[in-house]
Amino acid sequence: MEQIHPAPHDNARLVRRLLLLVAAAFVFAFAMVPLYNVLCEATGFNGKTAGGIVRDGFAVGGMKAGTTVPTPAVDVTRTVRVEFTGTVMPGLPWDMRPLTISLDLHPGELQQVSYLVRNTSNREVTGQAVPSVTPGQAAQHFEKIECFCFSQQTLGPGEAREMPLAFIVKPEVDRNITHITLSYAFFSIEGQRETLTSARGVQ
Amino acid sequence: MSSVTTTHPAEPHGEYHPGGLLRWLTTTNHKDIGTMYMTFSLIMFFVGGIMILAVRAELFQPGLQLMKPEFFNQLIGVHALVMIFAALMPAATGFANWMIPLMIGAPDMALPRLNNWGFWLLPPAAILLTLPFSLALLGFGDGAIATGWTFYAPLSVQGGWGVDFAILAVHILGISSIMGSINIIVTIFNMRAPGMTMMKLPLFAWGWLITAFLLIATLPVLAGAVTMLLTDRHFGTHFFDAAGGGDPILFQHLFWFFGHPEVYILLLPVWGLMPHVLSTFSRKPIYGYKAQVYSFIAIGVLSVVVWAHHFFTAGMPVPALIYFMFSTMAISLPLAVLFFCWIATMWKGAMSFETPMLFAVGFIVLFGIAGLTGLILADVAADAQYHHSYFVVAHFHYALFAGGIMGVMTGVYYWLPKWTGHMYNETLGKLHFWLTVISFNLTFIPQFFLGLAGMPRRIPDYALQFAEFNAISTVGAFILGVSQLLFAWNVWACVRGGKKAAGRSWEGAEGLEWELPSPPPHHSWEVQPQIK
Repeated sequence: MEQIHPAPHDNARLVRRLLLLVAAAFVFAFAMVPLYNVLCEATGFNGKTAGGIVRDGFAVGGMKAGTTVPTPAVDVTRTVRVEFTGTVMPGLPWDMRPLTISLDLHPGELQQVSYLVRNTSNREVTGQAVPSVTPGQAAQHFEKIECFCFSQQTLGPGEAREMPLAFIVKPEVDRNITHITLSYAFFSIEGQRETLTSARGVQ
Repeated sequence: MSSVTTTHPAEPHGEYHPGGLLRWLTTTNHKDIGTMYMTFSLIMFFVGGIMILAVRAELFQPGLQLMKPEFFNQLIGVHALVMIFAALMPAATGFANWMIPLMIGAPDMALPRLNNWGFWLLPPAAILLTLPFSLALLGFGDGAIATGWTFYAPLSVQGGWGVDFAILAVHILGISSIMGSINIIVTIFNMRAPGMTMMKLPLFAWGWLITAFLLIATLPVLAGAVTMLLTDRHFGTHFFDAAGGGDPILFQHLFWFFGHPEVYILLLPVWGLMPHVLSTFSRKPIYGYKAQVYSFIAIGVLSVVVWAHHFFTAGMPVPALIYFMFSTMAISLPLAVLFFCWIATMWKGAMSFETPMLFAVGFIVLFGIAGLTGLILADVAADAQYHHSYFVVAHFHYALFAGGIMGVMTGVYYWLPKWTGHMYNETLGKLHFWLTVISFNLTFIPQFFLGLAGMPRRIPDYALQFAEFNAISTVGAFILGVSQLLFAWNVWACVRGGKKAAGRSWEGAEGLEWELPSPPPHHSWEVQPQIK
């Protein structure tokens, strides 16, 4: 019978080790969530702009009292065209459009544009804008000084508002990049379930 | 007798044989469990096949004739899930159960009860996967998962309850596969016959060993990803919801971190059995054993670091694109070594073309096409054009039907005499091969052209200029589907009777499994053979 069950002790040990491997792989999936965010912010991968990280002496996450905005050297030898666009996600009864469709700038210049956002419903609604920069390589050089996406926005019934955005395309941006698109997706903040239900209704 | 007998008096090994259904429910015998896996796989192969024939019928002509787009979407997604998780993977596990103990001179699998449990998780999972179809027919719910097999967020976050059914089914199938993998690794590590070093291990066992490690490393990641999906859907988390700070692209990374190795999980057992068949019918030893082992290992390692080529078009920094492009193309190097070894094994051999050999040679040719078209898709610049087109569909069917299913059929025809003790009907086998190979190409060659011309996949309707190729493809698909009935009939007839098979069923067959009578006794290798 020893022939049939050789070394049962070894089996149990190997099984325990393999189960550890399974557990490690499962944990790895969840570890990917923060790792992925760190990676995206460090590389600008996926068009994620750095948010809330103090860098270069000023807070990217919004104008803080007392912080000075250094004006980096403006690179006048070249021009970059920045295009603006925006989408309102299903479940948010708003519409939005950029008041400036596109503008040409020299890297390093501080620029200000605004979006016109209107609440089409007859109730008060809160939304949050999520930005994305294309191409992704430009994202880490696209610094927003002030943006309506830094905080949640609440619009009263039928209210329309100009929402401002101040930004710098840093001179470090790759010379091959001549066009940058900044896109916003406005999401409803009220109850995620509600959002999903209405999104299902739209389909 | 040892303490094993005295401590487990209720389990007299080899004497307890309940009949009927109870035998199959309670069996811990690797041969019984292997048979159940193969039978389950064959049934699900037809279930998945019927689904895709309905799809091809809809695509026979432009316009919507037979079904609503929602139902079409459900069919393509469940077809893929059934074929991958319920047909191909169980077939590979069935081979492992039947053959690994016989080939390495072990009396059974190392963990027989786990083995039984691993199998019996499969039928409930298959029912979960397909149940929403029947519930929708009865008026409950909105049908099965309609996102395609990839579960991409945010569509899967918004989808109906079919997504929940599929998530739970994938969880159960994953647990079953992981238990099977643990069992196979423990068996190969601890149960080899004395004298069988790792470098004397049959290549089939090597292929499965790498598959088992890949499953253990990547299936839990899929389980994690679909768990996140489940909590996003029902418990207010925002893993994949941009409004809550999540990211839908993250899902694609997690999914394909599993999904790409999955391709090799499906194919490595087939690459493992191929050299045995080629060597048998060429009457020559396997060429380049070590090279093939190292290639398996190299492919296993590379397969987990190339995943992002599945979504080049989702947007990535150029350095990442270049990395994933070159690492993907690098996989073709160890694969080319395998192709070389397969051809060199046949080279100047005394070849004969029985059905398994026909399937093996057909596999080499058609799987080669899968590899070459894969290189085109791995090219970032070309992929922007071909992504999500029928070119991709044709490519991965060359990999998974010609590579996977035809590889499995090679193994079935090769070992069927061993399993049943009877020779199958050779004429019928050859007819099955030729019908399969011709109708397979009739189905999928037009799809390459459709993809190059720009027809997108997963759409129930198409522009008029695609009509002819789609009609040809549908005709091919129906011939392909119907000719598989020949296969089922041939296997069934072989189980029932036929010419007696010798222990060494094929003239040139080498390996421990052929030292046993056909069929092998219920318990074999109770005294392990000594390998010199």
